[in-house]
Amino acid sequence: MTLLGKLTWQAIPLGEPLPLYSGLAVAIMIAAVLVWVVRRGHLPYLWREWITSVDHKRIGVMYCILAGVMLLRGFIDAIMMRTQQAVALNAPGFLPPSHFDQVFSAHGTIMIFFVAMPFVIGLMNVIVPLQLGVRDVAFPTLNSVSFWLTAAGALLVNLSLVIGAFDRTGWLPYPPLSELRYSPGVGVDYYCWAIQISGIGTLMTGINFVTTILKLRAPGMHYTRMPMFCWTALAANLLIVAAFPVLTATLGMLLLDRYVGFHFFTDTAGGNSMLFMNLIWAWGHPEVYILILPCFGVFSEVVSTFSSKPLFGYRSMIYATMAICIISFMVWLHHFFTMGAGAEVNSFFGIASMIIAIPTGVKIFNWLFTMYGGTVRLATPMLWSIGFMVSFVIGGMTGVMLAVPPADFQLHNSLFLVAHFHNVIITGVLFGAFAGYTYWFPKAFGFVLDERLGKWAFWLWLIGFWVAWGPGYVVGLEGMTRRLDHYSVAEWRPWLLVAEGGVAIILAAIIAQIAQIVVSVRTREQRRDLTGDPWDGRNLEWATASPPPSFNFAALPNVADQEPYWDMKARAREIGHLVRPEPDYQPIMMPRNSPTGFVSAFFATVTGFALIWHIWWLVLLGLAGAYATFVVFAWRDHDEVLIPAEEVARLDRANRAARTTRLQERIAEREAQRESDQ
Amino acid sequence: VSAPTSALRTGRDPYHLGHAPSTGAPEYTGHGAGGPAPKRIVVGYGFWIFILSDVILFSCFFAAYTVLIHARNGGPGPELFELRNTAEETACLLLSSFACGLASLAVGRRSLLWTEVALAVTGLLGLTFIGLEAHEFYGLVSRGDGPTHSAFLTAFFSLVGCHGVHVTAGLLWLGTMMAQFPAKGFKESIRHRYLCFSLFWHALDIIWIGIFTVVYLIGKITP
Repeated sequence: MTLLGKLTWQAIPLGEPLPLYSGLAVAIMIAAVLVWVVRRGHLPYLWREWITSVDHKRIGVMYCILAGVMLLRGFIDAIMMRTQQAVALNAPGFLPPSHFDQVFSAHGTIMIFFVAMPFVIGLMNVIVPLQLGVRDVAFPTLNSVSFWLTAAGALLVNLSLVIGAFDRTGWLPYPPLSELRYSPGVGVDYYCWAIQISGIGTLMTGINFVTTILKLRAPGMHYTRMPMFCWTALAANLLIVAAFPVLTATLGMLLLDRYVGFHFFTDTAGGNSMLFMNLIWAWGHPEVYILILPCFGVFSEVVSTFSSKPLFGYRSMIYATMAICIISFMVWLHHFFTMGAGAEVNSFFGIASMIIAIPTGVKIFNWLFTMYGGTVRLATPMLWSIGFMVSFVIGGMTGVMLAVPPADFQLHNSLFLVAHFHNVIITGVLFGAFAGYTYWFPKAFGFVLDERLGKWAFWLWLIGFWVAWGPGYVVGLEGMTRRLDHYSVAEWRPWLLVAEGGVAIILAAIIAQIAQIVVSVRTREQRRDLTGDPWDGRNLEWATASPPPSFNFAALPNVADQEPYWDMKARAREIGHLVRPEPDYQPIMMPRNSPTGFVSAFFATVTGFALIWHIWWLVLLGLAGAYATFVVFAWRDHDEVLIPAEEVARLDRANRAARTTRLQERIAEREAQRESDQ
Repeated sequence: VSAPTSALRTGRDPYHLGHAPSTGAPEYTGHGAGGPAPKRIVVGYGFWIFILSDVILFSCFFAAYTVLIHARNGGPGPELFELRNTAEETACLLLSSFACGLASLAVGRRSLLWTEVALAVTGLLGLTFIGLEAHEFYGLVSRGDGPTHSAFLTAFFSLVGCHGVHVTAGLLWLGTMMAQFPAKGFKESIRHRYLCFSLFWHALDIIWIGIFTVVYLIGKITP
């Protein structure tokens, strides 16, 4: 045993130049950004206002940035896979099998854990406390720890590009392939420790948001007055609390097998690999709903706002959400009907899986009826929502097809399946995240994104998705199995070339999105959202300034019904001034910034890295550091800062003035309208 | 007026989740109309949710154990376990919980001496439990019945060991709390933290009752 465990110079993959150079390029880019930040003197600002921030809005923004950056990384993997399959008919292509396997494993891992998860959690962070009308989440410092642990996991996954290699067993490390005997390298360990660390962060997010939504709401906000996004966030976080411990336990068992020779899943000495399949999917299927439910919430908000109507069937939407939340725990076996559990068991899980389509259908009809008879404005968030509804229905129907056990025996592990889950995850989760991102961007940053480029991005994404994954359904039915680094069936080739074209269109879409950010930031002065309500919104997040002050609301709003802000606006128009008189401004206590999250994530990264490479002294050091961090945090006396009443008054008065101006304009518009009607 | 009575009188705490504060300020349970719940409720509630998630973590190990109980690879089965050692462990853990309850009373009375004494007893009993468990594990491993021998033993060591790791982490937390009470006094935040610790400690008892039943008692009647 050496001082550095298994780590030697051999770990640098000089033989595989592609990951090495791309990793180095990323490292140089990060270093360049860091140098720029330090040289420009931005570091103190970043440290004070972002890295140590416990403000839920800042943390949410950082989650979304992490998701965006990792989306680029995962998308590069996608380009490589599509290109490989476009050229690998009776040919080796440009990726050796060991590298191709890493690419598809990294793609899935990154897209689920470090794109979709941070994106929906980021949106929840920014918006849920605002919609609930409160000042922060239940545990602000824990929230920061959650974020930084997620970032630590992402860092470990990317570290595997240059030091060692990543997992080659797919996005879920199925044993016995993932056991030490068949995967002796560090790839599976990179996967497991990255997911364990970020998983703990996600679990803490779940606890934080369940507590926030159930225990911290503005006065008068009964359960049946909560905005739909809060309901879906509640459902998703309940699922996190119930499902993520299962992931932690399952990967823990796999790690015990790998590190100390246990026999959970080895298929030797009595170990049973199907135990892994059952456990991992007992997490994995609820995970799908953890991702999609908050997006359903986003669509509910967007469709209602841009149809200028209350959400149709609000209560049925709650029932549908909670039904999905519960049934999602009763379908896990449909991921391995071919295990051979027997006709009765497969029938039960097949029917349970089909039943989920019912509450989902309820939701689709509710959105359609919300639009029906409304004044529909086709702004970018609404386009994403309509694109979702059209595409997701198809993805949902192919899902019901896969839920039929005999059909699944044919389609299992085919590209049909892969097309199905890309259909629901891209046009469901990702479109939902993009809808939420364009819808709430002005709330977070105080200016509206460029609509023209946003619409370009939407159409390119929608067309690109169908060109890329429509062929997947076809070749899947033609018998193409997933994860092929080369193949010999000439009939598949044209479809795979079409899919490659689809990836090019999606690339154009992503370039349009980056251009949208650049253009919007440059012209931000013309796009300022002064009132805090750029879309004529209906819920409380629009009742405060954009971006909101750190305390969100100068005085907690009183909620009297289901769309509190919409009613406030309607009454203000009637009486000719803002509904609430200027409050008697009081100083506000807010939680103080803390480096706990950043420092504990640093130690988590060190511990994870040391565990991957068996550097035991560093493991102990990392754990001791993490414990010390928590003790230091627990020892501090001043955990709150006081925002003086004058400061609260200054910020709130400015926003009230802007809102009053806007109100007068609206009243004048209405008068003019009335006169012209007469 | 004692706190629970005043809560009953105002009728604002129908579920007795929180005591009305002595200032007379309204306190709500977060069930709807009342606005944000007070800090004590939020902290305790959040920790309850954590405990639920921890129970789910254990349930996976329970599930693995019951699935793998007959996968013995030619090795021994549950006849291996000694009920005497288990009874001693159980007694230690339950008495430790009792002492933890006494510490809660002492915290309620703001008695530093009795808090520290009760916490010390809690910790010593917990430490004895860990010692007994280590003794059991050491005996099994030295007889060649270690966790790498069969899937059944893997599952047994993992389930019981996972509980042991939790108790060890609890002891670390307990030590930190014993340092915090004298250093920080009975501040609100410290009392909230103690509330969470005692919830954690009692929850580990509940898990142990599950292990005691599923592993040791049922083990005695499992062929």
